[in-house]
Amino acid sequence: MTTKSQALLNWVDERFPLTSTWKAHLSEYYAPKNFNFWYFFGSLALMVLVIQIVTGIFLVMHYKPDASLNASGVPVAFAAVEYIMRDVPGGWLIRYMHSTGASAFFVVVYLHMFRGMLYGSYRKPRELIWLFGVGIFLALMAEAFMGYLLPWGQMSFWGAQVIVNLFSAIPVIGPDLALVIRGDFVVSDATLNRFFSFHVIAVPLVLIGLVLAHIVALHEVGSNNPDGVEIKKKKDANGIPLDGIPFHPYYTVKDIVGVVGFLFVFSAVLFFAPEGGGYFLEYNNFLPADPLVTPPHIAPVWYFTPFYSLLRAVTYPLFGLDAKFWGVIAMGAGVVIFAFLPWLDRSPVKSIRYKGPIFKTALVLFVIIFFILGYLGVQPPDNGGIKDRTTQICSVLYFAFFLLMPFYSKMDKCKAEPERVTS
Amino acid sequence: MKTRAMKFVKRLLAAALFAPVVAMAAGAALHLDKAPVSTDPAALQNGAKVFVNYCLNCHAASFVRYNRLKDIGLSEDLIKDNLLFTADKIGEQMKIAMTRDNGKLWFGAPPPDLTLVARARASGDGSGADWLYTYLRQFYRDPSRPTGWNNKVFENVGMPHVLWELQGDQVAHVEEKDDGHGGMRKEVSLELSKPGTQTAAEYDKTVADLVSFMVWMGEPMAESRKNIGTFVLLFLAGLFVLSYLLKKNFWKDIH
Amino acid sequence: MSVEEKMDSGRRQLLLATSVAGGAAAAATAVPFVASLTPSERAKAAGAPVEADVSKLAPGEMMTVEWQGKPVWILRRTEEMLATLDKLDDQLADPASDKSIQPEYAKNKARSIKPEFLVTIGICTHLGCSPSQKFKIGADSGLGDAWPGGFLCPCHGSTFDLAARVYAGKPAPTNLDIPPHKYLADTKILIGEDGTA
Repeated sequence: MTTKSQALLNWVDERFPLTSTWKAHLSEYYAPKNFNFWYFFGSLALMVLVIQIVTGIFLVMHYKPDASLNASGVPVAFAAVEYIMRDVPGGWLIRYMHSTGASAFFVVVYLHMFRGMLYGSYRKPRELIWLFGVGIFLALMAEAFMGYLLPWGQMSFWGAQVIVNLFSAIPVIGPDLALVIRGDFVVSDATLNRFFSFHVIAVPLVLIGLVLAHIVALHEVGSNNPDGVEIKKKKDANGIPLDGIPFHPYYTVKDIVGVVGFLFVFSAVLFFAPEGGGYFLEYNNFLPADPLVTPPHIAPVWYFTPFYSLLRAVTYPLFGLDAKFWGVIAMGAGVVIFAFLPWLDRSPVKSIRYKGPIFKTALVLFVIIFFILGYLGVQPPDNGGIKDRTTQICSVLYFAFFLLMPFYSKMDKCKAEPERVTS
Repeated sequence: MKTRAMKFVKRLLAAALFAPVVAMAAGAALHLDKAPVSTDPAALQNGAKVFVNYCLNCHAASFVRYNRLKDIGLSEDLIKDNLLFTADKIGEQMKIAMTRDNGKLWFGAPPPDLTLVARARASGDGSGADWLYTYLRQFYRDPSRPTGWNNKVFENVGMPHVLWELQGDQVAHVEEKDDGHGGMRKEVSLELSKPGTQTAAEYDKTVADLVSFMVWMGEPMAESRKNIGTFVLLFLAGLFVLSYLLKKNFWKDIH
Repeated sequence: MSVEEKMDSGRRQLLLATSVAGGAAAAATAVPFVASLTPSERAKAAGAPVEADVSKLAPGEMMTVEWQGKPVWILRRTEEMLATLDKLDDQLADPASDKSIQPEYAKNKARSIKPEFLVTIGICTHLGCSPSQKFKIGADSGLGDAWPGGFLCPCHGSTFDLAARVYAGKPAPTNLDIPPHKYLADTKILIGEDGTA
């Protein structure tokens, strides 16, 4: 480095922890050397967050959250999306990036969460990282839900209508709460405007804050790895973990490979199947919102469907409260229960590699159930037929996976964890 | 080498896990004919002509600007002379003079904007184009309807058969058939009772062109999207190789 | 420690190649974003050429039409007004309009196709205010006894003659822009499209 740029760096370093931050989080942050495929999804989630923020900034320049009808009788908000798709140069590309990005975000985050469950990344001392992560997941769901209203199509409108009405199931305060959320007696212009505000400012701020906390907490305790052993236990004379390698350049170059691979798949969807077969952009959402006509079959976007199934599974009233309320509780609990994993898992080892057959079976079953619930969530209910019964059985098993974990994880026959990471 | 094969299998599994969600189709209820959608400029131009002449009186396509028709190979002068009926300027959109209130009065519901109909009509039964292609060929005479027309795909439709001069009249034969579950199922078959100015094959071609145009109109950038996409994917494939080699080079340090 | 970073030539070349390709990808990605900042089809349609009917415009009068959201002035100049243009060359910043923006067919003394009609964009070339009419001659105008009539920009005091040419020593650097325009008929002007005089 030339002396001049060194002098400039020194000048900055005396006033701002530039070099020390770089070292602490990149060049001298030691990550286990045995990360595998599953470890791409953290950096990919960050990448998708950036895509969503940048494309979002540009979309806001052209979008108008206005439910009133224009001269052609089309809601202004709906027309604004088509304006972006047709009249704004490059607008279609930016919009497809954003709509594809929404689905990609959930794909990546679900895989990232699954990684945590595979290798016990939620276990001590990483409970807070996991809790911040669950917070990110909740914020992401809120962000996606409110963003979905903005195109003001039929699915936007009726999806919001149904979900907001869920809140009215809460005893005593429910109906008033739903009214406060909507700001009107039905989903309307007022709702659209506040969802817009939350979607572009409030929730993204929370999301970015939580992501920062997630990373800071991670870098405090250090990354877990596929073997689930703590690399900080074995250090060399300089205090550097024996199985650790500097994040930069080794994991930056590796994550770049992951990012390019991800972008390939992302672009394939974006350029060749932006509708995602009706799952990323639902067909009925190409019709403007009509408060008088519900589409014959409404289903949430694919990433909500497992939890939507939990909602529909509850059909019996309990303790004098109707089924609707318990459905909402089931759906909420289905999400929040992830937060309790660090304390539900009593296994002596972290990683699936050393866990016993019971836990392995349970996890495989859980993934299968998650997919079945997701599939059933887009299906129309069949009035207590085979689909509804399957939904109910799977919902019970879904919660059993979590609630029985303290027992089966403890009695499981685990293998001994190695001292050092294996390659 | 073994670990790399393992990784590949894992990746494949990850992809397969998502396949059921994507491959799923809703229960089929309608039989739709496969629309021969074309991107050929001549077909699209003919479709545009049919659309402007037969549809654009009652239905708007209020997101489509006339000058966008240059994308399907029409010159500005051709558009101005032959297609520009509902607007003065070529930069204007395909709007209609009929108000929504009048539309409601005359047809029971205002005729919907058709810009996106080819995308909105897609379902588990088939693409939006399939639906339109079948719908526009399955009108039949039904004196019990206020317009005198009914449709096999869209029962009790409010729209009369605007292309009847071309297709001619069809009548419906209704048969009750055992549905295999102890109930009876109505099966409607159509028969041409009075020929129109076009033969059946010609009419199918006219509708195919019209539907192709409506598909184009639903997403006029679709072709350039795919063209750009091919280039992007090729570039990313190259970049992937480069970044993979770079990663391999760095990681030879790690033992 | 199992890590010893070394920079060999293969690594340097790969780094360079990946950076260049990645940079190209980033630049290409920026294209739609930058493009989205340019006028949309709606803006272009709204900025389409406009017709102006000047048949009712009396000599010495000016009318304003809107083109691309900007005021376009059409001034019907009298013989006396046109006569003032000849005497001002030494007082003007760009008398021959060499540095100013106008179509080739309006690059003449009267800065117009027909000398009678001045068509100009009423936006000061300094910082974008719209100048006001000062057609009164001499002291009445408040611009001194020798004022031959013209325009005054209220923001920073730039003055223009009756061919929209800027006076020397004023903040505006060039004459007012002349938009592309053509005559559809004797008294019908189309603003926004070039014609051949």
